[in-house]
Amino acid sequence: MNTEKKSLRLAGVYLILTVWAITTIYPFLWVINNSFKPTRLIRRDSFSLALGEKFTLDNYTTAFERVDIVGAYVNSLVISGTVTVLVMLFAGFAAYGLARYNFRGRRVAHSMVLAAMMFPVFSTIIPVFRMEFAWGIANTSSVPLSLLSVILPQIAGNLSFSIIILMGFLLSIPVDMEEAAYLDGCNVYQVYFKIIIPITKSAFATVAIFTFLWSYNDLFTQMYFLRYKNTFTVTRLLNEINSQAGVNYGLMAAAVVLVIVPVLLVYIFLQKNIIKGLTAGAIKG
Amino acid sequence: MDSMLFRKKKPLFLFFTPALIFMSVFLYYPFIFNVINSVMSISGLGSAATGINDPWYVNYVNLFTDKIMLTALKNTFITMGATVVFQLGIALVLALLVDGIPKGAQVFRTVYFFPIVISATALGLLFNLIFLYDGGMINNMLKSFGMQELIDWKGESLYMVTMLTPVMWQYVGFYFVIIVTGLNNISSDIYEAAAIDGASGFKRIRYISLPLIYNVLCTCLILAITGALKVFDLPFVMMGTGAPLDKSWLTGTYMYHQAFSRQDVDYASAIAILIVVLGVIISQALNMLFKEKDY
Repeated sequence: MNTEKKSLRLAGVYLILTVWAITTIYPFLWVINNSFKPTRLIRRDSFSLALGEKFTLDNYTTAFERVDIVGAYVNSLVISGTVTVLVMLFAGFAAYGLARYNFRGRRVAHSMVLAAMMFPVFSTIIPVFRMEFAWGIANTSSVPLSLLSVILPQIAGNLSFSIIILMGFLLSIPVDMEEAAYLDGCNVYQVYFKIIIPITKSAFATVAIFTFLWSYNDLFTQMYFLRYKNTFTVTRLLNEINSQAGVNYGLMAAAVVLVIVPVLLVYIFLQKNIIKGLTAGAIKG
Repeated sequence: MDSMLFRKKKPLFLFFTPALIFMSVFLYYPFIFNVINSVMSISGLGSAATGINDPWYVNYVNLFTDKIMLTALKNTFITMGATVVFQLGIALVLALLVDGIPKGAQVFRTVYFFPIVISATALGLLFNLIFLYDGGMINNMLKSFGMQELIDWKGESLYMVTMLTPVMWQYVGFYFVIIVTGLNNISSDIYEAAAIDGASGFKRIRYISLPLIYNVLCTCLILAITGALKVFDLPFVMMGTGAPLDKSWLTGTYMYHQAFSRQDVDYASAIAILIVVLGVIISQALNMLFKEKDY
């Protein structure tokens, strides 16, 4: 093959790759641009830039004043933050126990963890709802209780996947260091917190990122447990705006942007870890 | 494994108890109860069962006589097929193309993966705006190209396209990353040897790249098909009422509809069981069909 033909082919390859990149990026740019325009303009002329007379911040004022997107952010961060921290704590413990201890029932415990990954959320949600409703924590207007009602099943839903990932990582580490620490007088808890956690940081990061994003985006669980406006998370609020806003397309666009932009910023800084975390999370049921 | 450190078993109790409690209370116990619920008569999410259904298996018969349920099943199978053809197909093509370029692979990877990070709910809203009948992005675009008639994207003929396009679009980047990682693991020695033997271009892809990522592709296939059973957010936000005329339900969204809007809780539980059974059967079958191969 001569060089000219080769470079022509390479140009074709770049062209195709760029076209797909544009289909990925363009919808986001389009919605950001339109979120700064009044609704009537979005419908008539959605491709012009929101400059000069077309520019308005009304959609954002509505989003902050009328639908309380800040409160929804707080609720989302409380839920997903708590779920992430507790999953890391409990899954780390369980993974360490499974990876290091020899005990009767170890194989049963291991298969219990594996099997727990097979339950899709559809098959547990109704009984969980009925149980939590009986406890009085689901579907209440009390914010802490409602958030708790989402946090509990979400922790359970992320544990088994996290245990598997962390266990795989722990098994690849030789126990020599832990033994040395033991001979120097550390007990098993000190060994865990002072040695194991520092050396398994990257595996914990994978688990944390996956758990956080999954919890933050999980509309299904939130649809069941959050019924009152003051308990809404960002995702739940978006769904509400979708069904209530009617033809207020400006508000819809602004709400989408307010959800996408923070994630975009985090993604730019942490993209390597995020990609790793989410592809590892593929095995989750 | 039998180090002195781990002889004392007491700490094990603390290590294992929290995870065990959570999994038992929020996964195992509800799962069993869901099976029980599916043969009871329950007419509200918060209300107690009023007894066993007569006959107890009536919900399971309904699953296969309820026309809308059959539509939901059909749509779910179509979704599975579409994920394989479009998500995997596009991802594979893009991955093979990226593998051959000297610069910029990292940029494409970052861009393609981005939609997966965004909540499907936000994407649902975004695509609602894009597919809007009067003034949506696509109809506006077509109008500027001189099309007179607006296209009803959520109407009788195009609802599946409208519902599935965003789902396909969102996940291409995911499989792209997995396949590219597989391609990167192929040692360059093999390609060099092949070049000396005169294999290039399509031959190189057909006889080296594809066979060597066979296992990766099988994993992706299983993930894509079983993942299609769990699709919920995007179709729910875009077609939450089964529009048009109960035609666009998927198993997941229909289950939610039965539990919430119809308050037929026991029937919804039966649908959930069907989702589990389908998932198990399909993943077992796929695992048997696509056994790992060694090269």
